[in-house]
Amino acid sequence: MNTLFRTCPQSGLQFDKTAETLMKANAVAGVVFLLVGGILALLVTLTRWPAVHLLPADTFYMTLTAHGIDMLIFWIIFFEIAVLYFCSSTLLRCRLATPRLAWLAFALMLIGSVTANVAIFRGDSSVMMTSYAPMQAHPAFYLGLILFAVGALVSCFIFLGTLVIAKAENTYEGSIPLVTFGALTACIIAVFTIASGAIILIPTFLWSVGLISHIDPLMYKTVWWAFGHSSQQINVSAHVAVWYAIAAIAFGAKPMSEKVSRTAFLLYILFLQLASAHHLLTDPGISSEWKIFNTSYAMYLAVLASMVHGLTVPGSVEVAQRKKGFNKGLFEWLRKAPWGNPVFSGMFISLIGFGFLGGISGVMMGTEQLNLIVHNTLYVPGHFHATVVVGTTLAFMALTYFLIPVLFRREVILPGLAKWQPYLFGIGMGAFSLFMMGAGTLGVSRRHWDIAFAGSPMAYEYPATAYLLLGLMAVSGLVAMVGGAAYLLITVGSLLWGKKLEPVSYRKETVPLRLAPGAPAIEAHGGVGVGGFAAPGTFVLALVFLVSFVLYYFINWKYLSQTWGLS
Amino acid sequence: MSAILPPESRVWWKQPVDRVEGMWIALALIWSLIMFFMMPYWHVFGKQNLSNEAYRTTPEAFSAKAQAMVDQYTVRTETEQKIPVVRPPAGSDVYLISRLWQWWPILELEAGKSYRLHLTSMDYLHSFSLQPENLNLQVIPGYEGVVTITPTRAGKYSVVCNEYCGLGHHTMVSSLYVVNK
Repeated sequence: MNTLFRTCPQSGLQFDKTAETLMKANAVAGVVFLLVGGILALLVTLTRWPAVHLLPADTFYMTLTAHGIDMLIFWIIFFEIAVLYFCSSTLLRCRLATPRLAWLAFALMLIGSVTANVAIFRGDSSVMMTSYAPMQAHPAFYLGLILFAVGALVSCFIFLGTLVIAKAENTYEGSIPLVTFGALTACIIAVFTIASGAIILIPTFLWSVGLISHIDPLMYKTVWWAFGHSSQQINVSAHVAVWYAIAAIAFGAKPMSEKVSRTAFLLYILFLQLASAHHLLTDPGISSEWKIFNTSYAMYLAVLASMVHGLTVPGSVEVAQRKKGFNKGLFEWLRKAPWGNPVFSGMFISLIGFGFLGGISGVMMGTEQLNLIVHNTLYVPGHFHATVVVGTTLAFMALTYFLIPVLFRREVILPGLAKWQPYLFGIGMGAFSLFMMGAGTLGVSRRHWDIAFAGSPMAYEYPATAYLLLGLMAVSGLVAMVGGAAYLLITVGSLLWGKKLEPVSYRKETVPLRLAPGAPAIEAHGGVGVGGFAAPGTFVLALVFLVSFVLYYFINWKYLSQTWGLS
Repeated sequence: MSAILPPESRVWWKQPVDRVEGMWIALALIWSLIMFFMMPYWHVFGKQNLSNEAYRTTPEAFSAKAQAMVDQYTVRTETEQKIPVVRPPAGSDVYLISRLWQWWPILELEAGKSYRLHLTSMDYLHSFSLQPENLNLQVIPGYEGVVTITPTRAGKYSVVCNEYCGLGHHTMVSSLYVVNK
């Protein structure tokens, strides 16, 4: 097959023409699902706002099922496939492996995602994203997910194949870039995730068509979460890779230490998936030893890795800024950062939100005993809206502002709105998560149509604060949705009506990446920083994070100690 | 040069780790170990732990045990459905059935006394959410989980189902009484 390449005059990145089209197709499909999921988010929010209570119960449960799957699976994985192709073919300057197969994979994912949506909107598959057996969905629901997963799996292998081609055809020297290494981490986790999905969804599909008589509910729940939770771990690895990419793009930031950052990714590969145990902590029939080992990622080694990334990403930005001359005091580098550039502001809000809101709450509720006071409450979606929406989705949004000119060759329209978009979305969604967690600590259930239990003779009356928090949650959610709508408007508008950038010519040869002759001396960070610390500002921020973490963690043990005795 | 390019030097792993990173890794590792050991610590010294006692069961077997308890210890009935309110002796085994969309029967317990609470589901997954204590336990059909509970304060509590169990999920709520002797 003829492969054609172009070099982007703005960024210097090189694109393989077929890979470029595939990235566009996957990213656009992802954004379409973000739009669908966003409309559903509006309906769900307006129903859980007690003062509005928009949808009837059956429509609400159907809408919530579709919202979860369209956002958590379809939007994010489509976009991730685009990121995988970018991190292999573009960053390594080589052709994409088996482009025809990549189109087949895309088609499978598209057919699968549409099939699952049709099944849900028929109305007989309102089983939530978790679809816990023995509650049964229409067979098309499982079939759609299986087709999507097969497509995603093929795409993962195309990413791996592209790495092999780059090595074989010598398109780069030395080791793969850190960002590609992060994408490789995401890919390895994705293969594990999708294999787990196949192991549980294929028998469940056969059960739904009557070929298997019984699915053990605890077995289902255990294996399903190896798919359901791990798919969120793909996101963590992918958005951390995107953070590093944006630090490099926006600041020319160099990793503080390749060794440290790569080791942290390696810890993800080894330990991150154990976290699927978080969902089984109050289940009968599973031992405490199993729960403690798994829920803690074997002594919190994946949390350690996230804390390392949380330091090294802003740390590398700080070092780059200090080298540019913003070297005064602790925080000049941060004050003088390009806060009006949505690529940077989106990344930075994503990082802070993921760490402070998503990370701390996740570790708290992933503690075996502490889970007792939050399991299945609104605290849980509060936590994962901070990780997956503020963390992953906002990081991907930030990357989009870079990709519109570089990949799609269009100018970003409405730059004034784009400047504000990450703030609206990130802060709105951060507040949304916080209020949800607050309502959860008051016992408000997740996935619940009516917390007033209208019509039940033994209705429980939640404290008035719970209603207040749900109202605040809804208002913050609406702010975030305005931010989300702004993103969709800017993205779709730029692709349709953005000013076309100057056309670039394609050629047949790749321009391989070569290291500068004479390896530079290995040295520290060029004498920037304060008191022997290259990134003292980041270190102070990290200490603030650690103190918040420790306090919040022990406050929850205090809460737990005041409840009923359990043994 | 940057994270999107291969490392400048082929032997990047020889670059010494900066002091900021070294100190942070040490702090984070210590914190990780503290958090890890908190869980076994609480099993030994804490008062809120799950028992790990569980059995396979069937709806018939569990219903029979619950019915026997209801026959022996019912003190009154509540609501139009005449749901029995059961006051079993302190220290005994108490059985709570969850099914679409009801908890059965209603329990009346004594503050400060311990009971062996058995939970299972007759159909889909449910979740026992005790309010306003906000204690939450997953309930899985086919599995009988046993946990010893010790209510602290007298009062009227509610048991909410907080695992989605179909269209009537939001109507699945019951009472639980804790009384002083």
